[in-house]
Amino acid sequence: MQLVGAKSSQRLNDVSEGSVTLLPVEPEDMWHANNLISPEDVIKAHAVRKVTTESKTGSTHSERVHTDLTIRVTSTFFDTAASQLHVTGTVIVENSFVNIGQFHTLDLELSRPFTMWKKNGWDSVATETLNESLKQDKEGTVAAVVMQEGIANICLITEYRTILKQRVESTIPKKRAASSDQSSGMRRFFDKTLTTLMRSIDFGTPRPLLLASPGFVAGDFKKYISEEGTRKADKTMMAMAKDATVVHSSSGHLHSLNEILKSAEVLATMKDMKFSKETRYMDELFARLRKDDGRAWYGVSTVVKAVNEGAVGRGGGVLMVNNSLFRSLDLATRKKYVALVDRVREDGGEARILSSDHESGQRLDALGGIAAILTYPMLGLDDDEDEDEGDGQNGAIKEDLII
Amino acid sequence: MSRHQAYRNYDYENDLDEYDGEEAYGEEEEELSPEDKAQMEAGTIQVREALGPQASKVTTAQIQEALWHYFYDIDKSVAYLVTKHIASPAPKAAKSAPVQKNKGKVSQKRSFLHQCPMVYLAWRSRPWSRSLQVHARMKEMRWHTPQVAPRTYQSSKHFSFAAFFNDMPWGNIPKHREATFIAPLYPRGGLLGGAGTPGKPSKLQQLALARKKKAEEQKAGNTDQDVQGTTTQMSRLSVGQDLGANEARNPPSIRGSSSPDPTPSSRKPGLGTLLADRKRKVGDLGQVENSPVTKPSPEPSVKSPNEEPAPEPAIPSAFAQTLVGSAPAAPKHIPRISYQLPYMAFTSSVSDAFSGPSPDDVVLSAQAKASNKKLASSSSKKTGGHDAKIDQASEGVKAMNVDDTPLPKSKNLDVLKEYKNSKAKKSVSFVVVGHVDAGKSTLMGRLLLDLKVVDQRTIEKYRKEAESMGKSSFALAWVLDQRVEERSRGVTIDIATNRFETEATIFTILDAPGHRDFIPNMIAGASQADFAVLVVDASTGAFEAGLKGQTREHALLIRSMGVSRVIVAVNKLDTVDWSQERFDEISQQVSGFLVATNFQLKNVSFVPVSGLRGDNMVHKSKDSAADWYRGGTLIQELENSQPLARALDKPLRMTISEVFKTTQSPLSVAGRVDAGSLQMGDALLIQPSGEKAYVKSLEVDSEPVEWAVAGQSTVIHLTHIDPIHIRVGDIVCDLKRPISCIDTFTIKALAFDVLMPMQVDVHRGRLHAAGKILEMPAILDKVKGTTIKKKPKVVKPGNIARVVVTLSDKMPLEAGQRIVLRSNGETIAAGLLNRVLLRRSQIEHLSFPP
Repeated sequence: MQLVGAKSSQRLNDVSEGSVTLLPVEPEDMWHANNLISPEDVIKAHAVRKVTTESKTGSTHSERVHTDLTIRVTSTFFDTAASQLHVTGTVIVENSFVNIGQFHTLDLELSRPFTMWKKNGWDSVATETLNESLKQDKEGTVAAVVMQEGIANICLITEYRTILKQRVESTIPKKRAASSDQSSGMRRFFDKTLTTLMRSIDFGTPRPLLLASPGFVAGDFKKYISEEGTRKADKTMMAMAKDATVVHSSSGHLHSLNEILKSAEVLATMKDMKFSKETRYMDELFARLRKDDGRAWYGVSTVVKAVNEGAVGRGGGVLMVNNSLFRSLDLATRKKYVALVDRVREDGGEARILSSDHESGQRLDALGGIAAILTYPMLGLDDDEDEDEGDGQNGAIKEDLII
Repeated sequence: MSRHQAYRNYDYENDLDEYDGEEAYGEEEEELSPEDKAQMEAGTIQVREALGPQASKVTTAQIQEALWHYFYDIDKSVAYLVTKHIASPAPKAAKSAPVQKNKGKVSQKRSFLHQCPMVYLAWRSRPWSRSLQVHARMKEMRWHTPQVAPRTYQSSKHFSFAAFFNDMPWGNIPKHREATFIAPLYPRGGLLGGAGTPGKPSKLQQLALARKKKAEEQKAGNTDQDVQGTTTQMSRLSVGQDLGANEARNPPSIRGSSSPDPTPSSRKPGLGTLLADRKRKVGDLGQVENSPVTKPSPEPSVKSPNEEPAPEPAIPSAFAQTLVGSAPAAPKHIPRISYQLPYMAFTSSVSDAFSGPSPDDVVLSAQAKASNKKLASSSSKKTGGHDAKIDQASEGVKAMNVDDTPLPKSKNLDVLKEYKNSKAKKSVSFVVVGHVDAGKSTLMGRLLLDLKVVDQRTIEKYRKEAESMGKSSFALAWVLDQRVEERSRGVTIDIATNRFETEATIFTILDAPGHRDFIPNMIAGASQADFAVLVVDASTGAFEAGLKGQTREHALLIRSMGVSRVIVAVNKLDTVDWSQERFDEISQQVSGFLVATNFQLKNVSFVPVSGLRGDNMVHKSKDSAADWYRGGTLIQELENSQPLARALDKPLRMTISEVFKTTQSPLSVAGRVDAGSLQMGDALLIQPSGEKAYVKSLEVDSEPVEWAVAGQSTVIHLTHIDPIHIRVGDIVCDLKRPISCIDTFTIKALAFDVLMPMQVDVHRGRLHAAGKILEMPAILDKVKGTTIKKKPKVVKPGNIARVVVTLSDKMPLEAGQRIVLRSNGETIAAGLLNRVLLRRSQIEHLSFPP
């Protein structure tokens, strides 16, 4: 994302009151925009709107007009697969085509600038998100194939999210006396996976490729790629096979990415990336939870309690919040979380906002989206069980209904 | 033997026969189709029967030629053969007398047949009629003119069209579809050129005809006189006379009793002789005697010429009238209209003519009975007239070219009863587990070799191959490790199944992989097992490594999959010189942790073995160092194990562990029936695809069977389903009581590791999917099952907790199934599914009140 407009670009620290004009240049920017834009914000962007006019005789005439519209956001929808952001809201600036109060859904487009005002100013989390989105030194995204016999998940790991590009499933005949069936089934699976991989991820410029699987599947797949490359004299494939790193994972399901991102091979190449830090924090949290030493807690109420006690502070205190919590909540709740983050930072602890689109974020999501590592043990935080409001996961069950 | 030869017999003149279609038609038929062959064979036999003692005088080739020529019309063939080969060279009287005596109808038929040349002559004498050939052919094709009753239309003036086609074998026409051929009496002709009026043939043609007639007469002269007499007599009859006379004399026997018979009395003698005739031929036919009387005969073989139906021809269709001119024909047809009714009746009787057994079948069944052949009367009844109908129907279907295989038929057996009554050996399956490289596959390879399931030669072959790869000690394991990968890497990857039998039991081996990466496969194997063989490597250091590694995890898994009996095979004891100390030490440690994992000691037994050498496997060890061991061999221990109780009366459930193609069916699935039973022809449901399939056939322990019950390793050959709907791990279930696909459920799980809301792999048998622990509502008391703590943040290892799990995709699951949760390559919990839940979001979507 690029900051446009001379005024604001120089004084990013002063954006608190003003507007920001941003120019998304790559699909990833849409994801940042999605994190930036929250309900009640004001967005001004280019829009295409169908305008119907009625003549005096009663005949109607409609045409699509290109215009700039300013809306107050009511909701956003982010299409993960296509990386498209749709922002819905009511029009607040009238023009010759649209009246105030009419609804419009803006489709934010790449290479078209949009301007946004935060209704309640730019809080720390929002500023951080904006800063992140403006980072120019983009690190190369990593392509990964998490596979096992018959299943392959082709995904793209960017700094902020993991995008599942395609899932390949293939039936592989199991062991019978005629084992040729089996190996031909395996070849078919590899072929399907390779073509899908080539189609869904651009290997025009060399990029690292991770192949992960239990057993020997990934190794065999790497061999298959290089064989195919040699056979077809395809330079891209040969380069792919050369750049591919084979990593062990315990299964072919996507959540095995955790193990992959932890592996030495991956850390060596990508240890500075945001996700690898997040993964480390999550691992620490889980390890502490496992130990049950009273220093790791999850769930909104307990974490709030711990933060209020000042337990998440200097000397190892880490607060982890999923960015999904900031995205679609009402203002009061958002403010509560922002205050939590600010409090931890004041106390000298580390507050990390995890991307819910990453594997570490997914793991945090399972814990209710918020967790903390305390500086000192606190026991019995979960004694009074009156909460359940915030973590939309836990309340999602109605136990009485059995089918 | 071709059709062309047949034409030559009739001395066709090429210049006269200019109908090219005929030629093409004939050529099409040149190859004998399988049906034709069958018909030919049947016909040959019948002809031989009809010929009786004369049969020896003709060769099979001659009979077949005749049959081909007359298109399997037995009577005609017989008549032809008698005149051509039997009667002609031999003295007439001597031959014809017995023929007439024994088979009056044969001779009668002969007379009928021999008018055919006359018909041709008559036809040839009228060149204008050639132009009509085409019309006639068109009719033939459209209405399938019968090959019957040629005689009636014969006269010197008006030739018979029907007779012309009579012996043309193009019409393999079902009788009931035959219409009467209508001869236009005064065809206008000339449509395709030629003389406008029924003119005289040219001089050349007349000459040729005269010659032919002569030749024909010479031929005919060889036949016996009464035949000739009849022929000439018949040829003299006019159409009108003939109709009336014939009707009066010999009412068509084809009219069934159901049809109104105008002259009932006149029928009797004919039928009487017919019956008498058959009686002689058949012998005892008491019970079937009535059938020819009540049921009209559809088969030409029982029709004597005298009984030949003379159906009243219908008025020519508008098309025919336009073609050949209705005006002159009309007055001639008027008197016939009065015969319309019997004709109609006649057709109706024909339509139900096949409801009973045909006389031929009656004869055949009686013959079979006489020769003490077992031919159920019911089947003969069924295969009687119906047979013909079915044949026709199948021909019709063939013609329609509908490509639809019929559904497999179900016998509707009471499978459970059958199972109780069957005295099959008990079938037991066991899983072989243990740490990687404990020697599981080798142990089983040795067992199969010693039990002679695999022969020594195969092992030698494997040994040679293995040596070339530098791992000769893997030769025995190769019996089970058949995949290229498994062999090259020397590690079992997938479950291998094999079976062997002892006197009392059929054992199914499930050889599980020991490597931690393939534990999903091991779970799949353990879910199919009744008991387990835990292989422990006794060699120094290896046992300790195993105890830390998969030995413990496997023991946990088999216990949580419901296996309670374990045979611990302490393997590789030869490497420590059969040290009893080592054995005892291992036994103690293993029984220690087995008890810790809820096994009862009485269900655990220990056997010191050497898989590589085969000690204490099938035979007692011959090594003197192993004398201290007094217990049973491995095979004895195996036989002491009882299968688990089978859920026979539950609805059918089977987890598919293999999907493959066979010669029997394009889609076969294998697995162990978890619950219920199934039989051939059953309709099944495959979950989660929700597709229906039918059981084409079944195999249990490689034997084709009609049914299978819970506990049996079964191969189901399926039809009516596309292979894309079936994957390994899918559930085959009862159509009426299917398993439902769910994504959220509660399990009562024993934690092996710390449980918290986290992402897990959910395993159930072959099935596994990604999921996550949503929450843990309670930690439960181990004994009482009461709640100790509500909503714990974490569940510590060893605790029993209620855990809510949600899956990323729906899976076919139901209460009572054993679920294993794994994470990061380790088993973290296992337990029973006890509740299926709906997510709130799903509840909202439901329209009915919850």
